Amino acid sequence: MSKLYTFLKYFFITFWTVFVVAPFLWAVSTSFKDFQSVNSKVTYIPWLDFEPTLEGWRVLIKSPAKGGVDIVEPYFNSIFVTCTASLISIVLGTLAAYALSRFTFKAGFVRNNDITFFFISQRIMPPIVLSIPFFIFLSTIGLLDSLLGLVVVYIVLLMPIAVWIMVDFFNRVPKELDETALIDGCNPYQAFYKVVLPNSIPGLIVAGMFCIIFGWIDFFFAFILTFTEVQLLPVKVVALNSSITPWWSLSASALVSVAPLIIVAFIVERYLSKGNLSGALK
Amino acid sequence: MNLIGEKISYKPDEQFHLNDVSFNFKKGNLYTILGRTLSGKTTLLKTIAGLLNPDQGSISFEEKDFIKIPVWERNVAMVYQQFINYPHLNVYENITFPLEQRKLSPEQIKKDVDEALKTVGLVGFENRKIQELSGGQQQRVALARSLAKKAKILLLDEPLVNLDYKLREQLREEFKRIFSEGLSQDTILIYSTTDPQEVMELNGEVIVLDEGKVLQKGPAKEIFENPSNLKVAEISNDPPMNVLKGSKNSKNLNFENIFLEIPNHLKNLEDKDYNFGIRASEIKLDENGEEFEIELAEISGSETLLHLKRGNSKIIALIEEVMNFKIHEKVKIKFNANKFYAFGEDEKLVSSPYGGTNG
Repeated sequence: MSKLYTFLKYFFITFWTVFVVAPFLWAVSTSFKDFQSVNSKVTYIPWLDFEPTLEGWRVLIKSPAKGGVDIVEPYFNSIFVTCTASLISIVLGTLAAYALSRFTFKAGFVRNNDITFFFISQRIMPPIVLSIPFFIFLSTIGLLDSLLGLVVVYIVLLMPIAVWIMVDFFNRVPKELDETALIDGCNPYQAFYKVVLPNSIPGLIVAGMFCIIFGWIDFFFAFILTFTEVQLLPVKVVALNSSITPWWSLSASALVSVAPLIIVAFIVERYLSKGNLSGALK
Repeated sequence: MNLIGEKISYKPDEQFHLNDVSFNFKKGNLYTILGRTLSGKTTLLKTIAGLLNPDQGSISFEEKDFIKIPVWERNVAMVYQQFINYPHLNVYENITFPLEQRKLSPEQIKKDVDEALKTVGLVGFENRKIQELSGGQQQRVALARSLAKKAKILLLDEPLVNLDYKLREQLREEFKRIFSEGLSQDTILIYSTTDPQEVMELNGEVIVLDEGKVLQKGPAKEIFENPSNLKVAEISNDPPMNVLKGSKNSKNLNFENIFLEIPNHLKNLEDKDYNFGIRASEIKLDENGEEFEIELAEISGSETLLHLKRGNSKIIALIEEVMNFKIHEKVKIKFNANKFYAFGEDEKLVSSPYGGTNG
């Protein structure tokens, strides 16, 4: 029984790993191929099967004037928009979540839970519903096709995630902890940043991670709200696909665009694996 | 100079959490608040700390209106029943936290913290993380933080309730020492608990609270000997005092077809119906006694608790040895008539074996 279990366990782990890693390796290998190696026959092993070339990668940093596609600028645009929007969302979202978790709001029939649901409902709505209002809104205030406009839209998209995660997190931090801080001579602001915040780091990291992921991978709004002035990475990568699909540079750009998420995952994993995500407080 | 509360009421929802509570706490004294869970003990302590504002009533301390002073300026200390410490700080930092908040000099902080650590017996644990400590140790840290503050009002909200039996016994013993050594003469110590035994051991002034109302105030001994009504008798005894509906006539006490000779202290009572009270420990197994049916027998430590039934009356007897009984078995027991309480039909104390009456 236990042998069978061990066998099945490793079988599925191996299966899943191959399932996940194989396309990735395929992309790595494809990014070093040229037109010949991709289109003639299926090739696997560099030097033996095909002659590796850096052409797919070079195209990415060459300016369009020289026949390249230059993803450097969209890359930094994406980093700027994602980081700025995530940071603002986390700061505002955490404050909102703390208030929603600790204070009681009453306005007509609206209570704390209704406000929290209002935040979350922004994510339940299909993005397509929001596209036209956002478009009109940004064009009215003159921020269409600009980084600032994208930051504003992304804050609207990301803050609900931050509020949602942090409300849940703060609800699990005992209220007595804040009260003890007050009794020990902290005013409410000091209680928040001296006691509650340092104990919320795992929650902040998770919220930050989700904000960065959702901000980074968004294609829809980046596509609709930008034209020529500003381009974000996902749009640029998809735009590579023209009459002839350049599999090599498409693979290379895909790898470059997942790299930051992999780095984020490795950093965050250290905190998550400590097991102090929820067990930080009894 | 006392901590005085007058007619405090707090009613956040349908029910009163505090209902017309008044008190006058003097410096250098120990006060225990005895009550069952949800009787308003924590609410009362939080109101004194300033975490809750009462709907009505006033609290003054050293002739100042306490309610106008925010929590963080009141200089009170509080220990919760949950072990509340700052998880991101180590033991030493946990205790210095309130002192640094008050911007004391580093020398003063070190002196106070070392003293507090010594009092609670945590010397050598300074650099430990809170999560590495046992429940008892965590509660010691919380206590040390409260002691180091040298607050004028120290509130302890059921500090032992979440500890296991053995640790509770041990810490309860130590509390008595800590309270006599670790506190200055102008501290008011307020200790809330559900456990009558703790109240008796701490031996301070007691306030019995139920459904937000003060039922009785007085020294621990007085509460134990002369509970002013049935509720107090129930709350201040563990297991709760047994109640037997019966009556007295010129010859004997009568309940459930049992006739007992009238003990001296009940001789002068009017002949009528009463609620008789008898502690579980005043009931003994006796071959010549009255027959009761066993509903449940629990062994706790070296004692056996017998839940007994006869007619409409259910009582609990505390047998001071470990014995095995079968459920529905019949046993014979004898009541110590000299320890009978008589409560009127309005549940107020009429006569107690210790001479108390309810006026």
